[in-house]
Amino acid sequence: MPLTTQPITINVGPQHPSTHGVFRMRVTFDGEEVIDVEPIFGYLHRGSEKLAESRTYTQVVTLTDRLDYVASMTNNMSYILSVEQLAGIEPTPRGVWLRMIAAELQRIASHLVATGFFLQDLGALGTPLIFTMREREQILELFERLCGARITNSYMRPGGVFMDAPDDFWPALDRFLSDMPHHVDEYEGLISGNEIVAARCDGVAVVDSQTLIDASVTGPMLRASGVDWDLRHRQPYEYYNRVKFNRPLATASDNYARYMVRIHEIRESLGIIRQCIEQIEPGPVRPETVPALIRPPVGDSYVGTECPKGELGFYLVSDGGVAPYRCKVRAPSFINLTLLREMLIGDKLADMFVTFGSIDINMGEVDR
Amino acid sequence: MPSTAAFQIPGEDLAAQIEAISPDSVTASGDTEVWMVPGRLPEVMAGLKTAGFEMLIGVTGVDYVGYFEVVYHLLSLSQNRRAVIKVRCGEGRVDPAVPSIMEIWRGAELQEREVYDLMGIRFEGRDEMKRIFLWEGFEGHPHRKDFL
Amino acid sequence: MPDPFDSILYRYVYCTLSSTGDAECAGHGLFGGGLLPGGLEWLAFPLTAAIIVAALINGILGGVLMMIWGERRLLGRFQGRTGPNRWGPFGLLTPIADAVKTMFKEDVVPTVSDRLVFTLAPIMMLAPALLIYAVLPIGAGTWLADINVALLLIIAVGGANVLAILAASLGSGNRYAMFSAMRAVAMLISYEIPLVISLIGVLMLSGSLSLVAIVDAQTIPFFIVQPLGFFVFLVASMAELNRTPFDVAEAESEIVAGYMTDYSSMKFGLFFLSEFAATIATSGVITAVFLGGWHGFDPIPSQFWFVAKMVAVLTVIVWIRASWPRLRIDQIMNFAWKALFELTLINLVVSGLLVLAWPSPSTAELWYMAGINWVVFLVSIYIFGRVLGPKHDSVRAGNIQSGVVLSDSDAPAIPAGGGD
Repeated sequence: MPLTTQPITINVGPQHPSTHGVFRMRVTFDGEEVIDVEPIFGYLHRGSEKLAESRTYTQVVTLTDRLDYVASMTNNMSYILSVEQLAGIEPTPRGVWLRMIAAELQRIASHLVATGFFLQDLGALGTPLIFTMREREQILELFERLCGARITNSYMRPGGVFMDAPDDFWPALDRFLSDMPHHVDEYEGLISGNEIVAARCDGVAVVDSQTLIDASVTGPMLRASGVDWDLRHRQPYEYYNRVKFNRPLATASDNYARYMVRIHEIRESLGIIRQCIEQIEPGPVRPETVPALIRPPVGDSYVGTECPKGELGFYLVSDGGVAPYRCKVRAPSFINLTLLREMLIGDKLADMFVTFGSIDINMGEVDR
Repeated sequence: MPSTAAFQIPGEDLAAQIEAISPDSVTASGDTEVWMVPGRLPEVMAGLKTAGFEMLIGVTGVDYVGYFEVVYHLLSLSQNRRAVIKVRCGEGRVDPAVPSIMEIWRGAELQEREVYDLMGIRFEGRDEMKRIFLWEGFEGHPHRKDFL
Repeated sequence: MPDPFDSILYRYVYCTLSSTGDAECAGHGLFGGGLLPGGLEWLAFPLTAAIIVAALINGILGGVLMMIWGERRLLGRFQGRTGPNRWGPFGLLTPIADAVKTMFKEDVVPTVSDRLVFTLAPIMMLAPALLIYAVLPIGAGTWLADINVALLLIIAVGGANVLAILAASLGSGNRYAMFSAMRAVAMLISYEIPLVISLIGVLMLSGSLSLVAIVDAQTIPFFIVQPLGFFVFLVASMAELNRTPFDVAEAESEIVAGYMTDYSSMKFGLFFLSEFAATIATSGVITAVFLGGWHGFDPIPSQFWFVAKMVAVLTVIVWIRASWPRLRIDQIMNFAWKALFELTLINLVVSGLLVLAWPSPSTAELWYMAGINWVVFLVSIYIFGRVLGPKHDSVRAGNIQSGVVLSDSDAPAIPAGGGD
């Protein structure tokens, strides 16, 4: 009797420990090897874009918090920049510096979450995750001082931010900046040199840079393939042209490279925050002239910003009213998943979730 | 604050570039954007990709009540420019459809599905055109202005 | 066959109950002995057995509860947090609360499951874990049975739990569980071989399969004399126990809970219990075979030494669990067949030659053996690490140093390749 095998189809998610939310994949395996993946979206679809059409420009800020809920500040910033371009609002310098500090802190927090859960997917029993969460907690406490909220900040407004940082924010920020490099060293000591991490991640899910560009993939994933594309550097918005920072690049384009790029970006963000603190000057945090109800002229605007997961941009269409006529989110998490199928096929079951973790998605942003 | 609009390719330049690829395909051009006829889309997009716009940043559908518009945001990594191309379709809200550009940019795969799902604009010439966020059998397209 | 009266446990309980006044009992029974009234002396033996087994099983349960608490506290420390500390002093009652909660949960049986197999599997899992304790010498004279094939029994029984995993997976009819079963069986086949061969070196030194005899032979602990055997046995036991980094059979981030996915309530509790019981038993075996068993120094009782060494082994196991991610199944197989198997063969040959040179080694000769074995251990580990290591140097050179290019902020951007 000839022995035959048959492929087995498994439904992974929406309830699964490693799908980072409510993502679902219908995966077909041949033994341990993935032979087909069908991603299924929509379990967290809340119609944010539609909701934005019935809210004023300022109210939409709260909706942007809930897109990528581990990176609210960068979402705020991207949306605010688009509104400012649409309505022709010139922000105050102090407001811009505060926005940059908040956004870079948020980038660190988001990369910490990405790194922690990436290691969790690798099977490390929580230790790296809890280490990274410990530092993320410090950032959230900084946010709490800054604007009273930890996750859904809604800190930014057209023209700046809604309130100045309190006096006790600056010493706390200094403490964080002096502590954080040691913590990053700690992660590197625990993770980067680990033989098992290297064995599991090195050379897994390699995608060449041409494919990534073709599939509209942006952010750390693109930089891990050696493409020097960071919007903060290439198309500076805010005051990113006044700060100096390195752009970590890796050439391997595997899971390990994506992890390394994120770790190095944390270090660079710390440097950016230090430069912001040096350059920030007293003054109003938002201009007095911005009206409560913003009525931008008829037209549209799109500003691409470098958020932790890739290029985030809001395409806003105004009909001259108080609410956006159309608000489209260019969500990096969603678009970075374009290549998911290609990246997973041929890998082992165990690597599937590691690759998924290395893409670093957030379901709030994927499904919107 | 530096203006990101500086990286936007002006409408006239883009229109000239598109005309060079496919004559008579541009219908209008604004400060930053270009309107063109839907039928020439694959040809023009392929030409623009060769001309240096390597990345398709976004595909957006907008409902202007009388007609629909599909907005393509392109990005050139090598020239550090952005371009906006707009296509009108579905005059009188009847069966809006534009040619698919998935053959040119792999990145259009999910985004076209999203526009189809939420705005109801069909993309012709690709094999898979099914809903992405909502379930099969959902009635209507939520991002249309007549969907309440 | 060794005399059952060698076991203090047996002697005390038996002599307390029996009134026949056996010669071995002189002065050993509590309360003057002979608690059983005349005519019921025949009950002494079964009652003794029942009392000892009850004490042992409850001791294991207590040990498991302590280990759950200890592991969670230790993990908490490793992760820079407190761990359970709410219920009881230092959170000591937390596992009891967990156990009560687990017992009173609804017992769900999936409709697609094979009910009989599904129900039997947790019991099949627990039985072998408990059986190992029968031959485990917990202190000088403190053992249940000193049989001359104790190690053989441990190996045979220890391999039986894979049957339970297979039964649980097939019984619950879950596809995640099926992956778990495949992995567990593949791992058992691979790791049983180095596990057994690594013990042969010890057997040659002690000349006996009895754990009591092995402990007695350890004038110096065998992990000093047999470093390679100890290393391989430790690693292979971790694989047999499904502990990190070999926990692929219940890899939470991949296959949910593996074979336990569909289990709830007390059935899940039994799996949990047997897993911890097996871990404690294995650490006991490691203590007895490699760490000198109950040997310590007076006046601290031998039982304390044994438990202390066991706790040390458990701590190492938890430590590894706290710090390492999981290996992939193919890497685990490679490791077993390309590294552990060869290392055990090296150990076997070297130990054989050494025993040939010193057939019944004195303590001094054991030290000579230890010296030679350590050289072999370090050299072979180094060579295997170089040959099979996970591209150790290429990772560091390719990815960390040159791969991550910190491009200077003023330098012109690298053009990102043209279109097609």
